[in-house]
Amino acid sequence: MAENNKWTMIVDLDKCTGCNACVVACHAENNVPIANEEEVIKGRGLHWIRIERYWEGEYPDIKARFLPVFCQQCGNAPCEPVCPTYASYHSDEEGLNGQIYARCVGTRYCGNNCPYKVRFFNWRAPEFDEPLNQQLNPDVPVRGAGVMEKCTFCIQRIQRVRQTPEGDYGPMTRDGDLQTACTQACPSDALIFGNLNDPESRVSRMLPNDRQARLLEHLGTEPAVYYLKGGTTNVGE
Amino acid sequence: MLESSADRTPYWQEPLPEDDELAQQVAHARDEHLLVDARPPAETNSLMFRAMTRTGPLFWLMVLGLGGLTFALFATWVIQMFYGLGITGLNRSVMWGPYIVNLVFFIGIGHAGTFISAALRLMRMDFRRPIARLAETVTLFGLALAALFPLIHLGRVWKVYYMFPIPTQRELWPNFRSPLLWDATAITAYLIGSTLFMYTALIPDLATARDHLTGWRKRLYGALSLGFRGTESEWSRLETLSNILSYIIIPVMFSVHTIVSWDFAMAIQPGWHSTIFGPFFIVGALFSGVAAVIIVMIIVRKAMRMGYFLREEHFNAMGIFLLILSLTWVYFYFNEYIVTWYGNLPAERAILQMLTTDASPLFYLMLFCNIIVPLGTLWSRRVRTSLPAMLVIAVFVQIGMYLERVLIVSGFLSRNELPFNWINYTPNWPEILITIGTFGFMALLYILWTRVVPIIPLWEVHEGQSRQRLPRIGRAIVPTRTEPH
Repeated sequence: MAENNKWTMIVDLDKCTGCNACVVACHAENNVPIANEEEVIKGRGLHWIRIERYWEGEYPDIKARFLPVFCQQCGNAPCEPVCPTYASYHSDEEGLNGQIYARCVGTRYCGNNCPYKVRFFNWRAPEFDEPLNQQLNPDVPVRGAGVMEKCTFCIQRIQRVRQTPEGDYGPMTRDGDLQTACTQACPSDALIFGNLNDPESRVSRMLPNDRQARLLEHLGTEPAVYYLKGGTTNVGE
Repeated sequence: MLESSADRTPYWQEPLPEDDELAQQVAHARDEHLLVDARPPAETNSLMFRAMTRTGPLFWLMVLGLGGLTFALFATWVIQMFYGLGITGLNRSVMWGPYIVNLVFFIGIGHAGTFISAALRLMRMDFRRPIARLAETVTLFGLALAALFPLIHLGRVWKVYYMFPIPTQRELWPNFRSPLLWDATAITAYLIGSTLFMYTALIPDLATARDHLTGWRKRLYGALSLGFRGTESEWSRLETLSNILSYIIIPVMFSVHTIVSWDFAMAIQPGWHSTIFGPFFIVGALFSGVAAVIIVMIIVRKAMRMGYFLREEHFNAMGIFLLILSLTWVYFYFNEYIVTWYGNLPAERAILQMLTTDASPLFYLMLFCNIIVPLGTLWSRRVRTSLPAMLVIAVFVQIGMYLERVLIVSGFLSRNELPFNWINYTPNWPEILITIGTFGFMALLYILWTRVVPIIPLWEVHEGQSRQRLPRIGRAIVPTRTEPH
């Protein structure tokens, strides 16, 4: 058996420009259905990664702050124990919160118990308008109505690496070979992905960091996502 | 020499005292108290059975109307299964809405039944005798309908067996760390327990009905009464069994609503994560449950002409009970919110702000219904013994307690740790139709049930009457209960 991995994401808030490229990449990679305008108004926007935009100050002295939020892959996840069917479970091998769509019956308890609100429910059967239906990723199932879904840290890419002759339960791939869709798409290198259990990886070298903080850390959820505090990204100046 | 029972005066033929003043006191006591006002059992039995077998056009009209609401409930559910929960107004922050509110509400009104019949039975409170079965019926149907809601709520109800601990080829046991499974276990235990409890108390009355009625009813009651003949050993077994079941079902009752409250309290959602939720929910459940029983008592008394059984003294007692529960509820509510307010955590502060801004109409209406209405009126005996007033108060309490649950479930969920996710919730037509339909279904089951079983426990009333004496102490007649042991 390979030693356990601890997949980790670092979000450098100083570098995030709020461009939403990660959001688009994630939709394309993970077959995330696109909620229409009416659904979004109802509060059913569905993005596995979203850019939360907060305004600071009063006009005209106003600044925009961007906070990319996605599943924090908690080490002590509130969503896991409440699921009656083990659809939400913990993978010790990868250090991830797994979500098994086929097991989900849709009690939506995990969604209530997630303080980050990064779990999404399929309110209706997903529809992909032309030509989006031509580019569905065959590695990722399309989730039906009545199922919860969330960011997986692109588990299909992790699996693909593991299943190559070199990666199959042998030494893991080199750092940087494995990218999630969002890190791959980020033009400003604000998202950094890697294995924290690999001392040579970029995330290991960047942590601990003076600017590091984890989202809602006081809740004791042990997130695997580290935010590097920003202070100089001032849009609107 | 042994006294022959044929020579003894039956309890319903106690002679009036010769003294005029004392006779007047006896007549007064008979007006006031059901248990003193004994009539021959044959007379009270036929009073009940006549009401049971009478189904006028108004009754069938009600069945039709309530059947329509029931149809609306199931039709909406089928539509929702077909199109997905997208047709409701739920959103990605408020994932639990009126369906869970209904679950809590209908389990809640079920709590009064057990409390009245089991706890008051063990405490030998005689006012419960004619009310017990009315209340147990609320429990039975309240629970059965509450059990629908976890299913209506599910995203994929056709996969519900994934949650059952049954061996399947999936080889995956359900996750018993989830409060939802504790909940399912508790509700199942309570449903079985209260059904058994109710059935035990029904046996003698079913036997009486078997002996008095004809046709399909005779066959039905003959089968259901399990050959009960009223021998001494049968009565003593019935007594033992009822006592054992009473002791068993009281802790089950307390556990059920505690566990329902844990569905919320175990979550880290701000406002839900509170250690006081267990007792708080139980008091709320009893509060709405007693109000529900009062409503049912008034309707049954009027529609089935049960004025002989359900008297002012019963409404008075239930009114006092409701008043006490209102005070207890206020105490818990105050305790819960003063601590939250003083703690001043950011997310919880947002919830309190939501209560007094976005949700303020519901919040203030809830306080009015649950505090001002009962506390402002029920202290007066004239109000407690006035049926229209009691009906209005009980309906207000139901509205208030329903709103309380709405605020706790979909209100609190609309505020959470990250302000980006603050989304208010408004119900859409499926939730509204299903909720109204469930109330209709509950009423339908209830009125059909009143035509199938004696809704007043005749034997309990007769037993109480046979133990009641009117001894004279000085110049006064004092209604007194004699205990068999």
